[in-house]
Amino acid sequence: MQPFEYVAPETLPDALALLRAHGEEAKVLAGGQSLVPLLNYRLAKPHVVVDVNALPFGDIASDDGRLRLGALVRHHQLEESEVVRRRCPVLADAARCIGNVRVRTLGTVGGSLAHADPAAELPAVMTALDARLTVASARGDRHVDARDFFTGLLTTALAPDELLTAVDVPAVPAHGWAVEELSRRAGDFAVVAVVALLTVDGRGHVDDVRLAFAGVADRPVRARAAEDALRGHEPTSERLALAAAAARAALDPPSDAFVSAAYRGMVAGVLCRRALARAVTRALETR
Amino acid sequence: MIARMVLNGRSRQVDVRPEHTLLETLRDTLGIFDVKEGCGEGVCGACTVLLDGRPVSSCLVLAPAVRGRAVTTLRGLERDGGLHPLQEAFVRHGAVQCGFCTPGMLLTALAFLEREPRPDREAIRAALEGNLCRCTGYTKIVDAVEAYARDRGHG
Repeated sequence: MQPFEYVAPETLPDALALLRAHGEEAKVLAGGQSLVPLLNYRLAKPHVVVDVNALPFGDIASDDGRLRLGALVRHHQLEESEVVRRRCPVLADAARCIGNVRVRTLGTVGGSLAHADPAAELPAVMTALDARLTVASARGDRHVDARDFFTGLLTTALAPDELLTAVDVPAVPAHGWAVEELSRRAGDFAVVAVVALLTVDGRGHVDDVRLAFAGVADRPVRARAAEDALRGHEPTSERLALAAAAARAALDPPSDAFVSAAYRGMVAGVLCRRALARAVTRALETR
Repeated sequence: MIARMVLNGRSRQVDVRPEHTLLETLRDTLGIFDVKEGCGEGVCGACTVLLDGRPVSSCLVLAPAVRGRAVTTLRGLERDGGLHPLQEAFVRHGAVQCGFCTPGMLLTALAFLEREPRPDREAIRAALEGNLCRCTGYTKIVDAVEAYARDRGHG
């Protein structure tokens, strides 16, 4: 690692003042599971590392319609939290897919979102859930919807002097859910991941439906065409296959060193169908 | 800078450099060589230590961030100067080939068994999936963890 100044502010105003003073020269350290590899490889060479782990953003709070996740909530908290399992179980399932157990010990919700790896699970889940992010700076707080937060490869709407502090997600206890992903080895980033959430109404028709992909573009992608193909219809296997085909047709996935675009598209379709089938089963169980 | 941490049960004041990882501090400053460096990017599990009882990659933790926290390395498992029963199970089942992955395997397995004392074989395999053995001796490692969990349950 290149030498840097290490600072660990104990209050939010102190942290924000440091970010304002150092701008692009500063890097925020939360769980460190993306930043420290970049430091080890000298791909990141900040002058200042601002360790925010002393700030009070490590709790999961729940009120009537939503969960509020502090930006420092660790992935293992999502896996183990009783209130998450009861009110937004898709978060627990997604967290279980992240990296390895050591990544989940330290890695944080805020860190994953701010790092914005296009193959990461939590950005896709937050996109599916229409989460609202709270961003603080010395100028005050602002709110950003997940759909506007991810602006490109490893790029977000965060300015250098801003800090992500909390994420509000709707509680969706009545939704069937599924997270399906394919990765080359255990612990790898997904080749493709799909998040599905849906409800089935009293007549047996799909009511609310939310579908999002990771790994298929430079940012998480919401599958609106597939959602439209499902909403108001009975979730027969033919209908789910049709929706999965609509989702696949709307994607223009990239090739990389391991996987061709054509293969990625095919996997997206297959995983989408599986995720929908599982989400429908769960929705019918909770109805 | 001086960081106070609890290292294998003993409070220590350690001189750390901000740009050092916990792994570098343990090996290069403190001479604790039971922690191994494999990949340096958090994938292989050879540098696993327990931080406040949970497994972390010591290559992905900045040394100054450990102040005030408890770190356990393999050495911290010693029982009255002898092997921990899980280490004995590894010996009995031939679960050690070159030995490089062994400290990480042991610490990961123990942290897992703390939370899930009676796992089945599939759960053990899943718990160890982030620890790579390049001798590919996984079967005997899983055997050893399974036997330890079973015997301890009866003990």
